[in-house]
Amino acid sequence: MGSGVIFRGQRPHLSPLVELTLARLREFVREPEALFWTFVFPILMSVMLAVAFPARGDRPVPVGLVPGPEAASVRRMLESAPGISVRDVTETGEQAALREGEVDLIVVPSTPPVYRFDPAREGSRIARLVVDAALKKAEGRADPWSAREEPVEVPGSRYIDWLIPGILGMNIMSTGMWGIGFSIVQMRLRKLLKLLVASPMRKGEYLLAQMLARLVFLAPEAAVPLLFGALVLGMPVLGSYAVIAVVCLTGALSFAALGLLAASRPRTLEAISGILNLVMLPMWVLSGVFFSTANFPDVLQPVIQALPLTALNDALRAVVLEGASLRAVSGELALLAAWGILPFAGALRLFRWT
Amino acid sequence: MSDAPAVRCEHLTKWYGDVTAVDSLSFTVRRGECFGLLGPNGAGKTTTIEILEGLLVPDAGDVEVLGLRWKTDDAELRQRLGIQLQETRLAEKATVEETLRMFRSFYRHGRSVPDLLRLFELDGKRRTWVGKLSGGQRQRLAVACALAGAPDLLFLDEPTTGLDPQSRRQLWSVLAEFRAQGGTVLVTTHYMDEAEILCDRVAVVDQGRLIALGTPGELIDALAAPKVVTRRGTLEDVFMALTGRHLRE
Ligand SMILES: Nc1ncnc2c1ncn2[C@@H]1O[C@H](COP(=O)(O)OP(=O)(O)OP(=O)(O)O)[C@@H](O)[C@H]1O
Ligand SMILES: [Mg+2]
Repeated sequence: MGSGVIFRGQRPHLSPLVELTLARLREFVREPEALFWTFVFPILMSVMLAVAFPARGDRPVPVGLVPGPEAASVRRMLESAPGISVRDVTETGEQAALREGEVDLIVVPSTPPVYRFDPAREGSRIARLVVDAALKKAEGRADPWSAREEPVEVPGSRYIDWLIPGILGMNIMSTGMWGIGFSIVQMRLRKLLKLLVASPMRKGEYLLAQMLARLVFLAPEAAVPLLFGALVLGMPVLGSYAVIAVVCLTGALSFAALGLLAASRPRTLEAISGILNLVMLPMWVLSGVFFSTANFPDVLQPVIQALPLTALNDALRAVVLEGASLRAVSGELALLAAWGILPFAGALRLFRWT
Repeated sequence: MSDAPAVRCEHLTKWYGDVTAVDSLSFTVRRGECFGLLGPNGAGKTTTIEILEGLLVPDAGDVEVLGLRWKTDDAELRQRLGIQLQETRLAEKATVEETLRMFRSFYRHGRSVPDLLRLFELDGKRRTWVGKLSGGQRQRLAVACALAGAPDLLFLDEPTTGLDPQSRRQLWSVLAEFRAQGGTVLVTTHYMDEAEILCDRVAVVDQGRLIALGTPGELIDALAAPKVVTRRGTLEDVFMALTGRHLRE
């Protein structure tokens, strides 16, 4: 062992940031379960959506018919009208049929007939109009005129088209926050951080590496629901894929930073689960994943519009469904960036290393 | 290089609730020496060494390491210290080589990874996951990580616990070579033979207090009157004489 050779080595080939990022990536790749859920979950979700929302859907109005002396003639009248499907319902089963959405309206065949339905339900109100018109027409009501109909298919106007970008946003949020939050608390639990803190590793670089490692897997993760939506479900993609990528990237960074902040103190997996659910649940509801944010009252709007998931979903929908440019979504991107930088700075201050 | 001692601590004190883990401990480690901390389980060795490593904050007392202070000179100190923890946890699913490369990347200067692998005879295990190493191999890897940055001062907390005799001797030779380059070592151990071979000076600690300090020879001559004439005293005898107990009872 010659002197000099041993204690004066060359500079390391890779920077600490790269080494730390690689370390995190390897850990992830070598954890088959994590890998499975990251990729299988979006696929499962997409398949379920495909089943629930077939690409072409002009569903007839389901109407229940209870038995009675005039049931046969009412049935004939209803069935001769387009867009109505008739099901036999017993008096005892009608509540359940309505409740479970099996039928939108119950017709009691008498003269005049009785309609049983929940006027608060949109589907039921439509069913009432359709059934009423069909029966009156069959009884000989004359229409004063019949309007000329011009069916228009607006691309991207279906619910499923609106839903997919929301699912994508939700996915970016939950994999980012769970992925980072859980892995960090686990490292803390296994006391893996102590030796790192004892070394000259820069703490900011460690945290940054966790975020960077997240981004590597973002591409396949975001591409799966997006391509599935476009190719299988026929969702139109009007904007450029590059802009979509920028939006996804910005969103992923901000949720990764939020994940870091959430994981900066807790010492148990129960605690981090609680915190993550507490943070994400309101966004699942408020940020327009499954239904529009417009459903909430005006007083809540400032809060809703400030949420990162709202910004991400809005930006994704604007780009995918309306073909918005990068400039057009710059407001949302700025908000997301703020949601990335502030939590990162907070995590750096609050982080518990032991 | 300044001529400040490698470690100077005065009246170091640390409480855990009403347990006094370290009780007004004072000692100095000179540059280039190997200094041993000896004591039974719970004596406060780990607590002391972790305070010196800047991982714990003392409740009272004063610490200077390489003439620098924790809180103001952390970045510089971290570059110049090598640390092996008593209970080292490394990521299980990284290979030996990946682990060393990562630690090496944190330091401005240091040994190359192939050098470290060779030095600690981990060549054959380069591509093995840390989780699949034996206890002794993992311990060697921990010390290798501590040496990755070519430190001025090396802290070792029971570095040879769990090592087979050959690995122990191999580690001793690595340490001897490290010291030949001018490195300073502060080591805790339960093994008396190890302390006698490795250490220039030894501090015996019990219940957080310093009860003896000197070279192994001095301590043995002063305190361990050999019971059997044919056998020279050992540090074990020193400890018996000081506390009336065996070191590892
Ligand atoms: N985190 C802690 N919380 C409470 N008490 C602690 C903690 N760490 C150490 N102690 C107590 O402080 C005392 C000194 O512990 P320390 O780990 O420093 O001993 P040690 O000399 O390293 O022992 P060993 O030879 O077993 O490693 C013990 O009584 C121990 O119970
Ligand atoms: Mg100890």
